Amino acid sequence: MSNISTMFSKAQIEKLEEIILIESKKPGCLIPLLEKVQALLGYIPVSVQNIISEKTGIASNKIYGVVSFYSFFTMNPRARHRIQVCYGTACYVKGGKEIGEKIEKDYGIKAGESTQDGRFTYENTRCFGTCGLAPVVVIDGKVYGKVSVDNIDEILSQYE
Amino acid sequence: MKSKTADDINKIKQTVIERNKSNKSTKVYVHMGTCGIASGAIDVLNTLRKEVKDNKITDVKIITTGCAGICSKEPLITVEVQEQEPVMYQCVDTKKMSEIFKSHVLDKKVLKDYAFARGMEIQIKDRIKNNGKIEGQAAIDNSIPGIEEIPFFKFQEQRVMRNRGFIDPNKIDDYIARDGYQGAIKALTSMTSDKIISEVYDSGIKGRGGAGFPTGLKWKFAAKEENSIKYVLCNADEGDPGAYMDRSVLESDPHSIIEGMIIAAKAIGSHMGYIYCRAEYPLAVETLNKAIKAARTYGLLGKDILGTGFEFDIEVYEGAGAFVCGEETALMRSIEGSRGNPRPRPPYPAHAGLREKPTILNNVETLSNIPQIIAKGSKWFSNIGTEKSKGTKVFSITGDINNVGCVEVPIGTKLSTVINEIGGGITEGKTFKAAQLGGPSGGMIPIEHIDVVMDYDTLISLGSIMGSGGLIVMSDDKSALEMAEFFMDFCKEESCGKCIPGREGTKQMLNILNRLCDGKGKQGDIEKLENLAFVIKNTALCALGKTAPNPVLSTLRYFRNEYEDAISNNI
Repeated sequence: MSNISTMFSKAQIEKLEEIILIESKKPGCLIPLLEKVQALLGYIPVSVQNIISEKTGIASNKIYGVVSFYSFFTMNPRARHRIQVCYGTACYVKGGKEIGEKIEKDYGIKAGESTQDGRFTYENTRCFGTCGLAPVVVIDGKVYGKVSVDNIDEILSQYE
Repeated sequence: MKSKTADDINKIKQTVIERNKSNKSTKVYVHMGTCGIASGAIDVLNTLRKEVKDNKITDVKIITTGCAGICSKEPLITVEVQEQEPVMYQCVDTKKMSEIFKSHVLDKKVLKDYAFARGMEIQIKDRIKNNGKIEGQAAIDNSIPGIEEIPFFKFQEQRVMRNRGFIDPNKIDDYIARDGYQGAIKALTSMTSDKIISEVYDSGIKGRGGAGFPTGLKWKFAAKEENSIKYVLCNADEGDPGAYMDRSVLESDPHSIIEGMIIAAKAIGSHMGYIYCRAEYPLAVETLNKAIKAARTYGLLGKDILGTGFEFDIEVYEGAGAFVCGEETALMRSIEGSRGNPRPRPPYPAHAGLREKPTILNNVETLSNIPQIIAKGSKWFSNIGTEKSKGTKVFSITGDINNVGCVEVPIGTKLSTVINEIGGGITEGKTFKAAQLGGPSGGMIPIEHIDVVMDYDTLISLGSIMGSGGLIVMSDDKSALEMAEFFMDFCKEESCGKCIPGREGTKQMLNILNRLCDGKGKQGDIEKLENLAFVIKNTALCALGKTAPNPVLSTLRYFRNEYEDAISNNI
């Protein structure tokens, strides 16, 4: 097991322990707890899952099962910027797939992967509910509407 | 703090109405749901605030509302100078905002070039009654269309979305002033559980999440269970890609959902409720949490609601990105903190649901219909709709259509009305090919059936479903086969992996669709697809699995030639 003290700062680890202490008191706590942990650390590697298991008594295989089931959770660190290309139906009809394919080709990455320079993590997501602006790309939580293969480069150039 | 009583709520209502009447300020409404914000509504709002400050104006009131419905014209604002008709402006940016401010707000001159409509959506019925006028509001430039003349608004019937574009979702007083919480007051102070349930049952409302099960019946089953712990759940895990009606309600009128849940709780005897909202909707989660807090402060949630001794509270539970969690048993597993795997039914949730306790799960739109059913009665609700399906349905119309937006129409409205009138026809002068209803569980309605009357039964007879309200329009340059591939890919990706038909069956169907789309189809592929579809429909564990073959079956029914071409071109 890798030592989390080399992966995260002391302040992060203290905060992690605090989150576990507070959240584990509620029934059905696991998912909200994991959401808070991911917000704190950016990802939930197995070493962190094991700590949660030790402190809460929830079996580590159950925690792994939940983390791997929900697309919101990731076990790998994300790059500086997160690109989410919507693959919902309205975006698909309006050409969202072509945008995704362009990013895959230009940066040599597939959905779920990050560029080697740590600049972008690229993901496909199913619908942000902003179908009126299809096709939609979300970068670091900011929604860009009516994106096309012609203007995606310009949008991405704002994120170094 | 002591709970407010029904009288207190009614006093608040009167005070707010009086205050609004006596306030002579110019009102500027900025309509900002997630779509509006993404189109730049926050920049517009900031510009407006700056103009007000820089010009040292004190008689302007800025009101932020949720979505105004017509997403393709966003950002939208409405300016209402006292004793004049309000004017809605479309596609506003910071520059236009400054111009509108100088002209309309300061000099009281309407800026016609940017105007979209005269009047507000909540006034449509009164305007039609009074020949396009509202008493006390001077008519302005008639070359700007009245809102009741614009087809997008004209053919709609606002019930679930009756407050949109008008109230600030973060202000509980705004909701109360629009008869908010009157249904809860009636249910808690003067109705028995049986009476509430029979009112809901008599209204004929069916679940708006897609399955169409009678809501009153669902409540009756849960009410009959004897258990001191029961749960009321709201399904706000709007997972159908291309559907966002529920997001619009959650962001624009959250108290209508809370009120619906209070009434449901009283009906079945529950004291705890959860709203399961998907994590992709951060603004909806934030709005709901604020609304719940406000309702608690007013004593509308908590230990002694309205001083009646009834106890009920609600928490928001954020999903974590899994389509299958929209299925009721999976959703309950998820709230329990586990993987969202569905389980076989029976036992049904009404008997053993969340934490094995009696539970009802209703969709956002269903719940936000409830307050008005109770306040105005079942007969009022059932006065529109078709013989077997009553009330309205909200659709989000997207895809190759001019007016993208959220629309609420009487059940039984023709698809052609929605597409050609409300939707303003197909983009770029193209021709309509088909509309997909019900997302990955649904099916297509092709051009030969465009005049279909949309109710639950008729749509099923055409191989589609009402679904939750996602309505995606395709023009004739789109491939139905690729659409079927898209949905199957979705179902394969989102399968929870528990049952073999859901996990492997979707994968095998997708393999065939992939090769058809690549022009490498083989003789017998269509028959294989039909066979797999039959097996999956009959053996999958949950509704999502059972309905996964629907898009393939539907496209085979109407666009079989595309499949056949994909095979014959390869031989």
